[in-house]
Amino acid sequence: MRLRQGQFSFLPDLTDAQIHDQAQYAIDNGWAVSVEYTDDPHPRNTYWEMWGHPMFDNPDAAAVVFEINECRKEHGGKYIRVIAFDSSAGWESIRMSFIVNRPKDEPGFRVVRQEGEGRIIRYTVESYAVREPEGRRYA
Amino acid sequence: MSDNGTRPPTEVDLAAAYEESGVRDILRELEDTMIGLGPVKQRIRESAALLLVDQARRQMGLATDTPTLHMSFTGNPGTGKTTVALKMASLLHRLGYVRKGHLVTVTRDDLVGQYIGHTAPKTKEILKKAMGGVLFIDEAYYLYRPENERDYGQEAIEILLQVMENNRDDLVVILAGYGDRMDRFFESNPGFRSRIAHHIEFPDYSDDELLRISEGMLADQNYAFDDEARQTMVEYIAARRTQSHFANARSIRNALDRARLRQANRLFSEAAGPVDATALSTIREADIRASRVFRGGLDTDRPVRRDAAE
Repeated sequence: MRLRQGQFSFLPDLTDAQIHDQAQYAIDNGWAVSVEYTDDPHPRNTYWEMWGHPMFDNPDAAAVVFEINECRKEHGGKYIRVIAFDSSAGWESIRMSFIVNRPKDEPGFRVVRQEGEGRIIRYTVESYAVREPEGRRYA
Repeated sequence: MSDNGTRPPTEVDLAAAYEESGVRDILRELEDTMIGLGPVKQRIRESAALLLVDQARRQMGLATDTPTLHMSFTGNPGTGKTTVALKMASLLHRLGYVRKGHLVTVTRDDLVGQYIGHTAPKTKEILKKAMGGVLFIDEAYYLYRPENERDYGQEAIEILLQVMENNRDDLVVILAGYGDRMDRFFESNPGFRSRIAHHIEFPDYSDDELLRISEGMLADQNYAFDDEARQTMVEYIAARRTQSHFANARSIRNALDRARLRQANRLFSEAAGPVDATALSTIREADIRASRVFRGGLDTDRPVRRDAAE
């Protein structure tokens, strides 16, 4: 099951040139672009591992693509995303976020039903991937 | 560039491309603002022509590779290497060879770390900053210290070479430094020599050019020489050249800064009444004549002590 998180996730995978253009758009708007990766694709897993510092003072997106490719060498089998942080007052938040790398096999999620008192059902989703310990997910 | 679905053009108007790209403005600006440097300007015009033709060839699908644009600027201090590098960055930007056209000026300290594992991130950080523009490495030979085999400079050189080769579309590297030391640097790092296509030699300025430069510098700040002061400046340049630590235009700039200081002092101590704009903006002979260059140069830096010794 293909993970649908962030922008462009219903489109085919972005090429490096497209990633470059998107990152350049963020940079031109004055947002700090950074690269993050994770092997826990749960939608509520907000804080992914940072790959290097956010790039506050790089005027060109080639640096972002360079870092993505460095990150792919190390974490090619995991999810990698690019986020753009807007530090201007009032925003101070993420303006863009899109996945640029995903594992070959995405096993998807299952629903866990927990039966509580009075036959109440609590639902939760769990990625099949996280049943393996960290580092062994996605082979 | 030409893969947007349109067929490549069958002919290219070079003159129009020249006009359009704004290269002419840059070259004219170079011609107007930089005094002397004949061979350098010639080389830059040639490079511009080459790049323009190459761009046309790419539009027609005749060439696909980005040409190697890395350069080395060699010359004595104060011969305008950094200034020309700035111009070169905007020239490459106009021609579309670099996307942003900014210049990042670094020296060894910015690239080489102080302990193991420090150099690679530092160098990469700088390279990322320079992507889309031009990386200007001043006094590049300091990167290579053969006397210390565990020097981290070697690591920076390796990363640089790798990026210069793999990210040719992303950044242009300009190495600068004194001629003889750069030659030695290239000899001991053949990887650099082969990756650098353009070697540009910056000649020293002649006395006449330095005088024109000094007048230009003064004019930029709304100052001017009077006639005697100009004559004194001619003598100053001739005298300064023979003395140690002569740095061409930079020496002239420093001399003018000191002359302005003396002029301000003179106005302050002489002024009996109101001074007019002419007085405020004229450098007189006395302002230059007081320079220690006329008293044998920098060696007489501390006259008090020498007097005491006599």
